[in-house]
Amino acid sequence: MTPAHTVHADFPPYLYDAYRATVRRAPAQPLVQLPRTLSERTGPGPAVSAASAGDADLTTNGGTGAQAAGERIILTGRVVDDGGTPLARTLIEVWQANAAGRYRHRHDQHHAPIDPNFIGFGRCLTDERGVYRFTTIRPGAYPWQNHENAWRPAHVHFSLFGNALPSRLVTQMYFPGDPLLDLDPIFNSIPTSAARDRLIARYAHDVTQPSWALGYRFDIVLRGSEATPFEPREHEHAVQR
Amino acid sequence: MSRLAPTPPQTVGPFFHVGLVREGMNVMASERTEGERIRIEGRVLDGEGKPVTDAMVELWQADAHGRYRHPAHAQGGVRGGTPGERPPSASDDTSSPGDAAFAGFGRCGTDDDGRYWFETIKPGPVPDPDGDQARHINVAVFARGLLHHLSTRLYFEADPAHETDPVLRRIPEERRGTVIARRTGGGGPPTYRFDIVLQGPDETVFFDL
Repeated sequence: MTPAHTVHADFPPYLYDAYRATVRRAPAQPLVQLPRTLSERTGPGPAVSAASAGDADLTTNGGTGAQAAGERIILTGRVVDDGGTPLARTLIEVWQANAAGRYRHRHDQHHAPIDPNFIGFGRCLTDERGVYRFTTIRPGAYPWQNHENAWRPAHVHFSLFGNALPSRLVTQMYFPGDPLLDLDPIFNSIPTSAARDRLIARYAHDVTQPSWALGYRFDIVLRGSEATPFEPREHEHAVQR
Repeated sequence: MSRLAPTPPQTVGPFFHVGLVREGMNVMASERTEGERIRIEGRVLDGEGKPVTDAMVELWQADAHGRYRHPAHAQGGVRGGTPGERPPSASDDTSSPGDAAFAGFGRCGTDDDGRYWFETIKPGPVPDPDGDQARHINVAVFARGLLHHLSTRLYFEADPAHETDPVLRRIPEERRGTVIARRTGGGGPPTYRFDIVLQGPDETVFFDL
């Protein structure tokens, strides 16, 4: 069997043996190239982009009136397309484990406490400059069943639509200096260190608020709707500010 | 023109319901939506034919008149658009054509049997420079074990427009059946069955968008 091609050279392959769940779920046939019809040059982003201000604060959006437990952080960054154009008023959805590494999900059996004041999901729209901002807590690492003594590095899941179907992105943001990154098959499925690096937030002291919360910056580049071939750049963090 | 390197994807994982799936997101049509009510249902299956119980399916479709609720449709989608034209931003949404009572987007998590379902309307034929496309719905599949989501299309059984559809023509004939939903019997609205097979002899055709 020939594994399905990836959409981008530095995107993860569908089949990655070290991540066991891919073995029976990765398509074996090559992907079929699509022309860019109206179906691919449109997408749900504009029609579904709505959020209210309270949705962006995961430390309080549980609605209990009390704060979520954990190390409070601010996550911010810019969303641009691969031509560098900011995506204004586009929806970002995030979800994550609580500070103890537990999701509020019926299938999460990790022996770590549920935080009654933390539901673990938030949403917000980017502003005119493509900038988003969440307040949340730093998620904990948690064990999983992929291999002996497997632990996921702390991460926040991100979901974006962008402007067109090819822009759709579901990914995970990681924290700098996490020793679990080198051991994580999901993170290491990305074939180049430069591309892996793009999923690691940067500590940002200018975002950190005194006596309140640490700041992290995570910029996002979405594929555009035009079928322009990707050219690698030596300057990987062109959109970092 | 040099392009910025896109942010790589990662799996949606097993706990996406926390953030992404809310009740009612698979009911796409309201009483005010124009068009023929249909139900779409199916299963997501892995390479051993086992149900994928932690998949998420998303639909994106045109309204009953073949119009997407998106500014690119208004900006000359019929002509195929201008090459190199900057994609529209969400702020242009007021120019979106289409049925105001139909966003065209739906999302559903699979259940413990790998099943998903949507209530929607049958889309109209979407215009294309070489003539209309056959009626279709764009489908995205996310799951634990999928490091990048998969994209396919759902076409409707017994549509003569399949012969000239620009996308179906690119699919080897013996695999075309994997993207055609089958009408099933029973009461209620017309129901189309569309199983999504991630791997194996009946593997669904997936696209590189």
